[in-house]
Amino acid sequence: MKKVIVEHLKYRYPQAETLALDDLSFEVDEGEMIGIIGRNGAGKSTLCQALVGLVPHFYRGAYGGRVTVAGLEVLKSSVGRLSAKVGIVFQNPFTQVTGAKWTVYEEVAFGLENMGVPRKEMIERVDFALHLLGLEDVKDRNPFELSGGQAQRMAIAGVIALKPEIIVLDEPTSQLDPQGTEEVFRAIHRLSEEGMTVILAEHKMEKIARYCNRVLLLDEGKLIQFDTPAAVFSREDLMRFGVAPPVYTRVCRELDARREGSSHFPVTLEEACEVLKGR
Amino acid sequence: MIRIAVKDLSFSYRPGEEVLKGITLEFDGRSTAIVGQNGSGKTTFAKLLKGLLKPTRGEISILGRPANQMTAAALAPYIGLVFQNPNDQIFKSTVLDEVMFGPLNIGEDLERAKEKARQALEMVGLGDRAAENPQDLGLSEKKRVCIASIVAMEPEILILDEPTIAQDHAGVAIVRRVIGELKERGKLVMAILHDMDFVAENFERVIVFHRGTVLADGDPREIFSRRELLERTGLEAPHITRLGWSLGRRETYLTEAEFIQAMRMERGKGR
Repeated sequence: MKKVIVEHLKYRYPQAETLALDDLSFEVDEGEMIGIIGRNGAGKSTLCQALVGLVPHFYRGAYGGRVTVAGLEVLKSSVGRLSAKVGIVFQNPFTQVTGAKWTVYEEVAFGLENMGVPRKEMIERVDFALHLLGLEDVKDRNPFELSGGQAQRMAIAGVIALKPEIIVLDEPTSQLDPQGTEEVFRAIHRLSEEGMTVILAEHKMEKIARYCNRVLLLDEGKLIQFDTPAAVFSREDLMRFGVAPPVYTRVCRELDARREGSSHFPVTLEEACEVLKGR
Repeated sequence: MIRIAVKDLSFSYRPGEEVLKGITLEFDGRSTAIVGQNGSGKTTFAKLLKGLLKPTRGEISILGRPANQMTAAALAPYIGLVFQNPNDQIFKSTVLDEVMFGPLNIGEDLERAKEKARQALEMVGLGDRAAENPQDLGLSEKKRVCIASIVAMEPEILILDEPTIAQDHAGVAIVRRVIGELKERGKLVMAILHDMDFVAENFERVIVFHRGTVLADGDPREIFSRRELLERTGLEAPHITRLGWSLGRRETYLTEAEFIQAMRMERGKGR
């Protein structure tokens, strides 16, 4: 089932002269995990906001084309209505904190309270989200006392608790240590395997290659390619779009080590190992 | 020359919960990466060096000065700290004013402060953004404004808290160049980092923090060779190092070039 349908989406911020998103069309199936890549300014964050309706409802500006998420047409649906189906985790976790709650536990429950979820279920969902993101130890802390990494996981937990059909994450691991990053990727990958559709903008290409089934490459608001990690990361001209492929792909290209029976290069540690082992 | 000497440094935000436990370290001119899990005390340590926090126990000497007894303002000409979150640092309404603020406050005149600010902005790739409001910039650019703000003050010691956050490929290259240039100018560059590829390529010394203590201290090859240590502290070796291990190599490769060269040499031998 198609969870996201984007048709000829064009968008310009108020007072901007150029299009932030320029004629994008693509579709995403239920349970897919999609990585959005591209240089800063390519339109990744804007696309994230367009999927949850903040573009155009909050930012205004000039909008064309159609975006449909979980069966709702974004332009004709309020952000509130959309938020029951599609959740977003902002790039800077501190902009996501409500400032209205004294504990991490309550902060994670905030969205659920606003949706009128029954108390018993609310407790279950908050506990589930805290456990998934490894936040049990800090659940009684003040949200503003958290480290960057903890705040980032709290922001994700708050959205996971809402059980959206689609979750959009804008650089969700920028403040996390390697272990925290890996844990977050594993957690959202598990959710995608359970049927949640995941779309994330990220600079950590090794993680994208490992966990995403498709990669959407943006540049200057245009969709350059939407394909498997192997196809996108094997592009010879990838650097022209301000993106370096994973380390594994770079060294295999340098050594001209392609995947067996394919013109593509390895993109993960395991693939690189397999190809290089026989040498 | 020892630029920073830390002796038996302890700190707690709440009584009874020590965030740093008796840290003793010396810093010479080597560029130093401080790594460790979130919550291991790295940022707290940086704030103590900068004088933003006062130790509950122990001594800090910055360029021979007793930092414990000095205010952050008095230390400002000697040591600069780029905050982890740019929004905690930025408060002026133009990028240029933001970067001039530091130099002005350590006694530079207006012209000189402006010149230093412009040079620093060029260095971080934001020379053409000087008139903009920093709040209108993206997170990656804000981070580089913060780096420029400290560079413009020309302190002997610079601490960068997660300088590569939100940077794309080009941004990381700029940060790499800035660190290189500061090293060339003889500055002590310290950075708190989670990106081990970047650590391996750019730093001469790596210090591993773990639960408020220093668990290891050495050059990158030494540290990244210790698989058991990395696992125990939730750290990852650089991607290229891991590829080498997975292929059963004994050597610890730190850069792609090293790895490629080793692979090529071996292939040459096989023929």
